[in-house]
Amino acid sequence: MSLIHVRDLRKSFRVSERAPGMVGAFAGLVRRRCRIVEALAGVTFDVEAGEIVGYIGPNGAGKSTTIKVLSGILVPDSGECLVGSRVPWRDRLNHVRDLGVVFGQRTQLWWDLPVTESFDLLRAIYGVPRRDFAERRELLVELLCIGRLLNTPVRQLSLGERMRCDIAAALLHGPRILFLDEPTIGLDAPSKLAVRDFIRRLVREQGTTVILTTHDLDDIEALCTRVLLIAAGRVLMDGTLDSLRETVTHERRLTLDLTEAAEIREPGARVVYAEGSRVVLAFDPEETSAPDLVARIAARYAVRDLFIHSVPIDEIVAALYAEHAT
Amino acid sequence: MSAYAAVIGARFRVLLQYRAAAFAGFVTQIFWGWIRLMVFQAFYQSSAAPQPMSLPQVADYIWLGQAMLAMFPWNVDGEIRDMVRTGRVAYEMLRPADVYWVWFCRAVAQRTAPTLLRAVPLLALALVFFGMRTPPGAAEALWFAACLAGALLISSAVSTILNITLLWTVAGDGIARLAPSLILITSGMIVPVPFFPVPIRRVIEALPFRGVNDLPFRVYSGHIPATQAWQVLTQQLAWTMVLVLFGRWLMARGLKRMVVQGG
Repeated sequence: MSLIHVRDLRKSFRVSERAPGMVGAFAGLVRRRCRIVEALAGVTFDVEAGEIVGYIGPNGAGKSTTIKVLSGILVPDSGECLVGSRVPWRDRLNHVRDLGVVFGQRTQLWWDLPVTESFDLLRAIYGVPRRDFAERRELLVELLCIGRLLNTPVRQLSLGERMRCDIAAALLHGPRILFLDEPTIGLDAPSKLAVRDFIRRLVREQGTTVILTTHDLDDIEALCTRVLLIAAGRVLMDGTLDSLRETVTHERRLTLDLTEAAEIREPGARVVYAEGSRVVLAFDPEETSAPDLVARIAARYAVRDLFIHSVPIDEIVAALYAEHAT
Repeated sequence: MSAYAAVIGARFRVLLQYRAAAFAGFVTQIFWGWIRLMVFQAFYQSSAAPQPMSLPQVADYIWLGQAMLAMFPWNVDGEIRDMVRTGRVAYEMLRPADVYWVWFCRAVAQRTAPTLLRAVPLLALALVFFGMRTPPGAAEALWFAACLAGALLISSAVSTILNITLLWTVAGDGIARLAPSLILITSGMIVPVPFFPVPIRRVIEALPFRGVNDLPFRVYSGHIPATQAWQVLTQQLAWTMVLVLFGRWLMARGLKRMVVQGG
């Protein structure tokens, strides 16, 4: 059976509401109105060992609820969930030994202690044998370039530094499964690239299974072979990024840099963006052949530079979200 | 087991960093101890009626109370408050350790580290300059040490309960603010328990809190004879057990609620 096995997972929350203003506040003291929110409305998927899966969806789609169920923090109302043949919330202590989690916005390091002491504390809590720990720690320190940060109290680290230390902290006990929730949020470009590079190596060399939730689709594009798209508590799509793209549009984009601004009219292509000398055309490669289009345009306009690319993943996902907005 | 020891150690090291707070506490507590002592001196001089404790016993009681103020469950763990507010508390449930005992260990550190910083210099000063005495004999000293350990257990169990109430963010904050005043009075921190009128004393004696201050302090001065000190220790351990069970029950409910509500 697959490493992570989820069938028809359901979970709803009661959210209390009150009318705005003073009157509402007092009314709330007497009677609370509740609304039921269905965070998970039957989620089903499987993840095989060694996969790296991007878990995406609009805000409130049920991403963190799923991750919490998978980590054993949250008990679902119904449905099946097995991680490495264990039910997470029933066998929490054994389950979490196999699990590393990074919530990008929250640190798991001790704020007032030097990083290295947080690491030692995690070693003790997970009961990692000293030799394994020393090896793994050395490797992580090297790969994440955090050697010179180890003696700094966490509160004095920059966000990028802290995130790298946090990722190391989540892996010190050698988990088979890693949940990453927005691991690159707020990071500068070099830190982002470093984190992505590290995750790729981790999957390739250690065979770690990674589930990545993020709003940064560049993360997904750089890392994930497979994407799960969830909206309103349901899995809408499960496949590669390319197949995700296909469901929305076959279009490609042709970006032109003209020597001087010009209005472009070309059958089989439409202008999606024009600002000064920069023009972006959209076309369907099945109807209009790309070489022909380029040849026609190059013949008629003064083109300084051009390149063809697919529709940016952000636009694809925005279109999908809009389609399923409820 | 070593996991829990590591939690105590780490938290202890964090708390030892607060030297300025310790110094401020030290100065304040000397000042207040002095005032409380003078009040009792005036009281003893103006009254001819027999008192439940001798004045030197009261002096010991007061200085021990001032020195051990930080051991008393008077505040909550700021980190736990932040954890609950920011949702970082989820990480606590992702560890292969019993959350209750992890928090209990944090409380042990929270009650010992600041106390150590303050008590040592304060007791030294009180013994040399402010009329505090050493225990009357070795038996009292040994029993006092044992009962102090018992007091630490009760205090940590109560602190843990206060920390757990923070899981109910809004309501918990209120409890964590109100409870210490009640505990302050019923532990003998304001007025030694033997001075309370009988009906109130009956109530106080039915509560666990005097095990933190009143009982061990009276063992120290010999007001409770060394031959009876084992009763104090037994009582402390029994209360600790009750408080731990209650704390575990409360935590199970708090976490379940959090688990149900998400967040």
